Amino acid sequence: MAYSEKVIDHYQNPKNVGTLDKANKNVGTGLVGAPECGDVMRLQIQVDDATGLITDAKFKTFGCGSAIASSSLATEWLKGKTVDEAVKIDNMDIVEELNLPPVKIHCSVLAEDAIKAAINDYRTKNGMEVLKFEESVVH
Amino acid sequence: MLKLPIYLDNNATTPMDPRVLEAMTPYFLEHFGNAASRNHSFGWEAEEAVDYAREQVARLINADPKEVIFTSGATEADNLGIKGVFEMYASKGNHIITAVTEHKAVLDTCKHIEKLGGEVTYLSVAEDGLIDLKELEAAMKPTTILVAIMYANNEVGVIQPIKEISAIARKHGALVFTDATQAVGKIPVDVIKDGIDLMAFSAHKMYGPKGVGALYVRRKNPRVKVTAQMDGGGHERGMRSGTLNVPGIVGFGKACEIAMLDMEEDNKRISAMRDKLETALLKLEEAYVNGSTQHRLPHVSNISFKYVEGEGLMMGFNKNIALSSGSACTSASLEPSYVLKALGLGDDLAHSSLRFGLGRFTTEEQIDYTIKAVSETVLKLREMSPLWEMYKEGIDLNTIEWAHH
Repeated sequence: MAYSEKVIDHYQNPKNVGTLDKANKNVGTGLVGAPECGDVMRLQIQVDDATGLITDAKFKTFGCGSAIASSSLATEWLKGKTVDEAVKIDNMDIVEELNLPPVKIHCSVLAEDAIKAAINDYRTKNGMEVLKFEESVVH
Repeated sequence: MLKLPIYLDNNATTPMDPRVLEAMTPYFLEHFGNAASRNHSFGWEAEEAVDYAREQVARLINADPKEVIFTSGATEADNLGIKGVFEMYASKGNHIITAVTEHKAVLDTCKHIEKLGGEVTYLSVAEDGLIDLKELEAAMKPTTILVAIMYANNEVGVIQPIKEISAIARKHGALVFTDATQAVGKIPVDVIKDGIDLMAFSAHKMYGPKGVGALYVRRKNPRVKVTAQMDGGGHERGMRSGTLNVPGIVGFGKACEIAMLDMEEDNKRISAMRDKLETALLKLEEAYVNGSTQHRLPHVSNISFKYVEGEGLMMGFNKNIALSSGSACTSASLEPSYVLKALGLGDDLAHSSLRFGLGRFTTEEQIDYTIKAVSETVLKLREMSPLWEMYKEGIDLNTIEWAHH
């Protein structure tokens, strides 16, 4: 199976690899997946309290090229969005953008889950209610 | 000079040796006859060529030519050998012993036999990939008709003690079948010394063509018989009907002849390169060889690079280097290699493995390139890996509650 050019580009030049200080209350961290499944994503957002804008986003991913590309793309999309906008990022948008084949859809699901987990972590830290999401269907 | 791309997946298939192709060509063109045509020169030539190839194949494994049954490949030979014995010896018993690390062609055949009312014992393997001979002995029953253990494993290259296995089987009156697809043509295999009764092997793993293999069926001490699995013209002593693949068989014969002549020299060179590759890659932190390094094929190395995922790793160099991973990220099940798991590897380490399969045409320059490319990609991906970061911070990954998908 050949990878799409966009996946290859993200893999070769991943955007926003790194670590934000998870002790900072403006930072939300989402860690999803499991080593046994061959995919672990850690996605972090830094939120400006006043504006609600995501000013920075970082990721680290253990996984295949599509998993790395999905998380790299997610960080790109997150930056500059408000938290409310970020919640609406759908895994199928990632599938479309990266042209992921059916067997790799779970990589995009993982990225969506990581975004939601990061947002909820941020909300918890700042005394906000945890958002409830429907269970992702594709595994 | 460095030749790209580099092929290090010789356990999957090998390139044809040009000498093999040269031997085959006339049998596609002027000597195209059917080896079963008894009344004209086209048939005679084809038959003669098959007879000669049969001798070449037999010689490599120290068998009699009459003991070589040509098939379409090792999968067919596995099916014929195991199912054929199960049917032929039904009056004697219905129990078969095999191992969990066998190739699917053997495991799925055994599963099929279970559905037919057969009983199958699947022996486990130790961390080094070897079966426990005591466990084998303990599994033998009066109804045991066959012990089916592979000669060498396709994923980790571990060589089973076939001679000791056959001694135990014989003591209990059972036949010995071995899938020697990865071994024949790579290391000396001697059906007499090893006490093998039936053996499956294939041409395309030893620089021969695809689509041709053989089942060795012993004719003396004891005389072994298998029930044919295909009905037809009664070719191959009634054991395998179907017009013979004459050019393929000619190529198979030539590949066996070359293997016999070149094996020793090839192995010296190939194992030196394999050792160089392995030593260099093990210098990376948290890199581990999977399976025994004592009882192993000379051209194989299976290494896990902890905290990076195999498929992601391969993507870093798969434009220039072809190899395999124990990760199964592309499969629907997302299950990693069952062989590595049988060796006791956690799913995480199985996902992190690469299989290097060197071959006759691998060069020193290619190995140097591979060492550099793989090392660089491992380092790069670890910088990107949350697991590596946790490991470096001293966090025990087993204490984390993972969200299982």
